[in-house]
Amino acid sequence: MKHEIFEKNVILLAIGILLTISIGGLVQIVPLYTMEQTIEKVDGIRPYSPLELAGRNIYIREGCYNCHSQMVRPFRDEAERYGHYSLAAESMYDHPFQWGSKRTGPDLARVGGKYSNDWHVAHLIDPRSVVPESIMPPYAFLAKRELSFDDAADHMKTLRIVGVPYSDEQIATAKEDLRIQGMGEAGGDVEAFLARYPKAKIGSFDGDAKKTTEMDALVAYLQMLGTLVDFTNVDPETLYR
Amino acid sequence: MANVEKDALTGTETTGHSWDGIQELNTPLPKWWLYTFYACIIWAVGYWVVYPAWPSLSDYTKGVIGYSSRAEHAKEMEAVKASRSEWLGKFEEANVSDIVKDSQLLNYAMAGGRALFNENCAPCHGAGGQGAPGFPVLADDDWLWGGTLESIEQSVRFGIRSGHEEERVNEMPKYGVDGLITKEEMAAVADYVIGGLQGDGAGKTVFAEQCAACHGEDGHGLPEMGGPNLSDGIWLFGAGKDAVLAQLNSPKHGVMPAWQGRLDDVSIKQVSIYVHSLGGGQ
Repeated sequence: MKHEIFEKNVILLAIGILLTISIGGLVQIVPLYTMEQTIEKVDGIRPYSPLELAGRNIYIREGCYNCHSQMVRPFRDEAERYGHYSLAAESMYDHPFQWGSKRTGPDLARVGGKYSNDWHVAHLIDPRSVVPESIMPPYAFLAKRELSFDDAADHMKTLRIVGVPYSDEQIATAKEDLRIQGMGEAGGDVEAFLARYPKAKIGSFDGDAKKTTEMDALVAYLQMLGTLVDFTNVDPETLYR
Repeated sequence: MANVEKDALTGTETTGHSWDGIQELNTPLPKWWLYTFYACIIWAVGYWVVYPAWPSLSDYTKGVIGYSSRAEHAKEMEAVKASRSEWLGKFEEANVSDIVKDSQLLNYAMAGGRALFNENCAPCHGAGGQGAPGFPVLADDDWLWGGTLESIEQSVRFGIRSGHEEERVNEMPKYGVDGLITKEEMAAVADYVIGGLQGDGAGKTVFAEQCAACHGEDGHGLPEMGGPNLSDGIWLFGAGKDAVLAQLNSPKHGVMPAWQGRLDDVSIKQVSIYVHSLGGGQ
């Protein structure tokens, strides 16, 4: 009956519980921050451009993660359907991550570049116009809502607090970068933009060049998912864990 | 507790608690449960030794068998590749027109091609290739960029306006927006096109001057330039005069991704053969 002392003293019980859980937490969580293997060292990963980030915020706002995962697991069936398994590095600038836990719809970790912008727009406006068996709700309103430019820099500053390495230059040019990515040359210096955000896709994603809508942002985000790492340049053995 | 009370009926020790005359027994854990629990603890110790388990601040214990889920995955993918190698080797060596001559290879390509098509192509082109507005039908014999096995393979491999350096690309001028022809000329040529390219009016003149270079003098299309056939009643961006006028004013251009890099060489050949078989392969 040595546990009687815990059963009869609620403060001691609380301290005991705290101690036990802390040991579990410290052993499991702390090393993930200090081990070098946690995040793979691969080339190409960069923070999201302002337009992609806005699209990501819409993705979260609309709850896309409820039906779509962003996590290709190292299994044969997933590799044959979606491509190379996801790396921790590929979501290192995600706060919060969008791995998801449920696939009512397909995984989206490597959807970037798989379909055309036109398809994404048609599909978001009316999913059944292109995929008759789809049960996804329509998001036609995104094409009508103009994207808010004013809070772009604030979102980046917030992410910088939690460790996303946005430079002062990137934050200063946030609004301009939104215009450039959504309009191309008409918005500003495309080359300087691409230096800030290599591999970013540029253009009017929703086919209407006059304004940048939430549809532009979401499609820009979808079209870059899983495209940053060039796996032909990665030695697979360096990824083994 | 100095003197533990025992329950008279069962002989089990009590906890000393009693409510309304009901005493709480201190029944020990069943033996089988207890020993299973101890066995699990011993099992865990063995597991720590064999598999990756304990983290330190800079590394983790790798385990004596050096297990890695990603290495395991790579091994499985290699094994699958090896088990298919007899077939895959034939596909790697042969080009698409030779593959279809061998009935066994053709069967293999059709099965693989169907699976690949449904995952990768059907979202735009529809299951079975029935198409959707703005996304070409693949089940008919109207081909924008040619319907031979080789043309299809090239379209799949490098895409249409895909940004790949070997992409297929063309661009219809913005006749209306850029003011290249007058409104009257646009209306005339639209009438001529939807009227089945008949007659000798102003429409025919405009067509000969502006459209024939890509769509062919008879309007039957020039697949080598990606100029669509305008005489077959198949309309990618909608039928009728308004749709034709909209296309003349500010043309839409479809985009297809390049699949090289996303699909391997054998998959590209298989899916090209499948598409060719859907109805109108030339």
